Amino acid sequence: MGEIIVITSGKGGVGKTTAAANIGAGLALRGYKAALVDADIGLRNLDVVLGLENRIVYDLVDVAHGHCRLKQALIKDKRFEGLHLLPAAQTKDKTAVKPEQMREICLQLSEEFDYVIIDCPAGIEQGFRNAVAGAEKAIVITTPEVSAVRDADRVIGLLEAAELREPKLVINRLRPKMVRQGNMMNIEDIIDILAVDLLGVIPEDEKIIVTTNKGDPVIQDERSLSGEAFRNITRRILGEPVPLMDLERNGNFFLRLRRMVGLG
Amino acid sequence: MLDFLTRLLKRHCGGSKDLAKERLRLVLVHDRANISPELLQLLKDDLVRTISRYMEIDEKGLEVTLDTSDNAVALVASIPVRRVKRAVKMASV
Ligand SMILES: Nc1ncnc2c1ncn2[C@@H]1O[C@H](COP(=O)(O)OP(=O)(O)OP(=O)(O)O)[C@@H](O)[C@H]1O
Ligand SMILES: [Mg+2]
Repeated sequence: MGEIIVITSGKGGVGKTTAAANIGAGLALRGYKAALVDADIGLRNLDVVLGLENRIVYDLVDVAHGHCRLKQALIKDKRFEGLHLLPAAQTKDKTAVKPEQMREICLQLSEEFDYVIIDCPAGIEQGFRNAVAGAEKAIVITTPEVSAVRDADRVIGLLEAAELREPKLVINRLRPKMVRQGNMMNIEDIIDILAVDLLGVIPEDEKIIVTTNKGDPVIQDERSLSGEAFRNITRRILGEPVPLMDLERNGNFFLRLRRMVGLG
Repeated sequence: MLDFLTRLLKRHCGGSKDLAKERLRLVLVHDRANISPELLQLLKDDLVRTISRYMEIDEKGLEVTLDTSDNAVALVASIPVRRVKRAVKMASV
């Protein structure tokens, strides 16, 4: 039985879909079978982020309503051996699937795949409840901003209420320079406030925009920092202890100096 | 020299992130204190049960609220006492 992991955030636009695509591709690159489930019904995006938008025939709602078999709706990603996408429906709304149906589909996928990764819609309403219904573990994404961290806190509370304990945190779009200047909350600040385990930190990176334009996950880019961050996150999901990369640490010059003179 | 460095670094650390963190801390104090009415009722029931072991209280006059002031949350309970029991049998606890 595979592991079913939901990627969620509360606040929209913080990087759930980007993370889902890259983690899915990352797991496949490491030789695992991964199924990506786009639970953002009505606003599907995982297909375009992965460059698979032209291959959709059936979707999640078709599967839930028995219009096709699960296998028929799965799109095989030819670039990443083992990676499959179950796309969301675009013309329906979030009530087109019920939590029990979602649970059943995820369970069925977990029989065949090592990892089932669910891309959750923004918000905390029905779409969120659907997305978390079938999950066994949760990854919460935030950016280093007050509103995003606040929403992450709310979602962590809701996840715990849904018996999804100990979610792991990913901090996205960190700008080391601003952190250094004291104009952006750092990793310790955010962990201190949310009191959860850290799964990884992804820097703000133009390469993400460029690769997303092309429909190619950035994780393939050997030289990009964000690609490396996603590779590290993938390895941590697989249970390897991987230290934070340099940008992720607060090992900057000023902080070290401040510690030395006793201000830190 | 050290004095100069200290001043330089003090100035350096006065960025907006400290304000962000402090505001976040405060807003979460309020967010997290949003206990549902169901939970508050359970809490009341437990309070009544516990306190009744020591004194006779007026259950109808019981008031329990969560008070969120600027930077802290307090559980405020107002419990009218009818009579204090003379002795409490510890064994019955
Ligand atoms: N680390 C990053 N650096 C630069 N751009 C990023 C980064 N992470 C995400 N983005 C960009 O931010 C935008 C939002 O990302 P994404 O679609 O993954 O968010 P989301 O949480 O899935 O949004 P929604 O809540 O709408 O589903 C995208 O344009 C993406 O390319
Ligand atoms: Mg999305």
